[in-house]
Amino acid sequence: MKQLKVLSVPYLVWMVIFILVPIIMVAFFAFTNEDGSFTIKHISDVGQYANIFVHSIWLALIATVICLVLAYPIAFIISRMEKHRQGTMMMIVMLPMWMNFLLRTYAWMTLLGNNGIINHLLGMVGLGPYKLINTSGAVVLGMVYNYLPFMILPLYSVMAKIDKSVIEASRDLGCNSVNVLFRVIVPLSLPGITSGITMVFVPAISTFIISRMLGGGSNLLIGDLIEMQFLGNSYNPHLGAAISLVLMVIILVIMTVMNQFSPDDQVLI
Amino acid sequence: MKKLGKIYMALVFLFLYVPIFVLIVFSFNETKSRSVFSGFTLDWYVRLFNNKIIITSLINTIIIAVIASIVSTILGTLAAIGINSMKKVPKAVVMNVTNMPIINPEIVTGVSLMLLFVFFAARMKLEFGFVTLLIAHITFDIPYVILNIMPKFKQMDPHLFEAAQDLGCSPFQAFKKVILPEIMPGVISGFLMAFTYSLDDFVISYFTSGSTSQTLPITIYSMTRRKISPEINALSTIIFVVVVIILIVKNIIETRQAKKNAGYKGA
Repeated sequence: MKQLKVLSVPYLVWMVIFILVPIIMVAFFAFTNEDGSFTIKHISDVGQYANIFVHSIWLALIATVICLVLAYPIAFIISRMEKHRQGTMMMIVMLPMWMNFLLRTYAWMTLLGNNGIINHLLGMVGLGPYKLINTSGAVVLGMVYNYLPFMILPLYSVMAKIDKSVIEASRDLGCNSVNVLFRVIVPLSLPGITSGITMVFVPAISTFIISRMLGGGSNLLIGDLIEMQFLGNSYNPHLGAAISLVLMVIILVIMTVMNQFSPDDQVLI
Repeated sequence: MKKLGKIYMALVFLFLYVPIFVLIVFSFNETKSRSVFSGFTLDWYVRLFNNKIIITSLINTIIIAVIASIVSTILGTLAAIGINSMKKVPKAVVMNVTNMPIINPEIVTGVSLMLLFVFFAARMKLEFGFVTLLIAHITFDIPYVILNIMPKFKQMDPHLFEAAQDLGCSPFQAFKKVILPEIMPGVISGFLMAFTYSLDDFVISYFTSGSTSQTLPITIYSMTRRKISPEINALSTIIFVVVVIILIVKNIIETRQAKKNAGYKGA
């Protein structure tokens, strides 16, 4: 088998140039000035945006919790169906994911707008119009809508493996429904919960599209901040790199914490 | 309890699908209104097909997705075979770096590649556009190919390759006739995954495309930033229909194959 190692050389070269070097460049830019001299100015400047970081983490956290609460019963119900129906149901769950997420977010733009259909329907019964779009709530709704399938999928794939007889056995041994849930099903589905949380939280905290399309100007998130430094009007790649670096560290910490709860290292599917 | 579960499922499915159906319904709306349906028309579809920017970016997207997924499948397959025969420590190091584009938020991957391309653009003849987009797509596609293939090696006897050579195969023949067939399901699913990710990607393309070469998601984005036009609804409808058809065909093929396999086992 040893001679086969050579086959990976083209990829290894690619990997170093296009994965490793760019990440190192982010770190390098974060710690240097335009003239290349070392500085921690940009990293400490990130502190000015602490409120945006807190706001992003908060919104992403709410969206993740809502996704978990919504997804858990769905995944469980589907996992207890007959085998051939499970496949169809999961296809129905995943189908919206095949639409580009810009279109899915755009759909909510038209629904929530001031002249949108929700306000129109409310107006017919004499309510509103309410300010639905350009609010934090709209951003959370967009996150939940876009990432809910990311939560259902890992939960379902773990729960489908839970043997029916395990649940029956716990009932025979005197568990009531609440105990079955918290002492059997939840512990067994823990890997699915942790990977679902990471799969929702990571894209939610780093999004800049959902906040821009549904949040208006008042809901800047970390992603918007980074985008502005690279493509927006406040061009400053050094600050942008510093913010990206902090974002990476936050996510790394969260994933490490999540791994602590997971019995094996199958976090990613 | 069962009834309650069904009602709950129906509500969640409603939540997932109502926005899409509203988009579809209003793609046939005569006026630009987003709340009142005033009359049926196919005008927006006609306009969509006459919209040069959308059609060119669609073609561009498909070209990039095809090239990127083929190149990444080849590089990724070779890489997976090589990585599999590495010792434990180098293997772990390489796999950790490979996982980075998957674990990292897309925006960080996009930004990091942008920094690299800016660096090259300043020193060499590199312009943001087709080439940078293609490189970026190959870069985020390869990890998915590798991750789809690696588990296949666990099911394979590690001595098969040597055995084939002992029986007179050249290394190349052994690779083609023994290893490749064993990992083929992983190669195919890796290719399909790479292709769909390439078609769908917005964030990384957004940072690496420049202004000359645009993909469909980038065009959609700039359309939503400008005045809202029901052309987007028409485009969504078409994409939705295509996706549904693909998934139904895929489902039919899979059930047929499952039946076939069951038939073999029965016989």
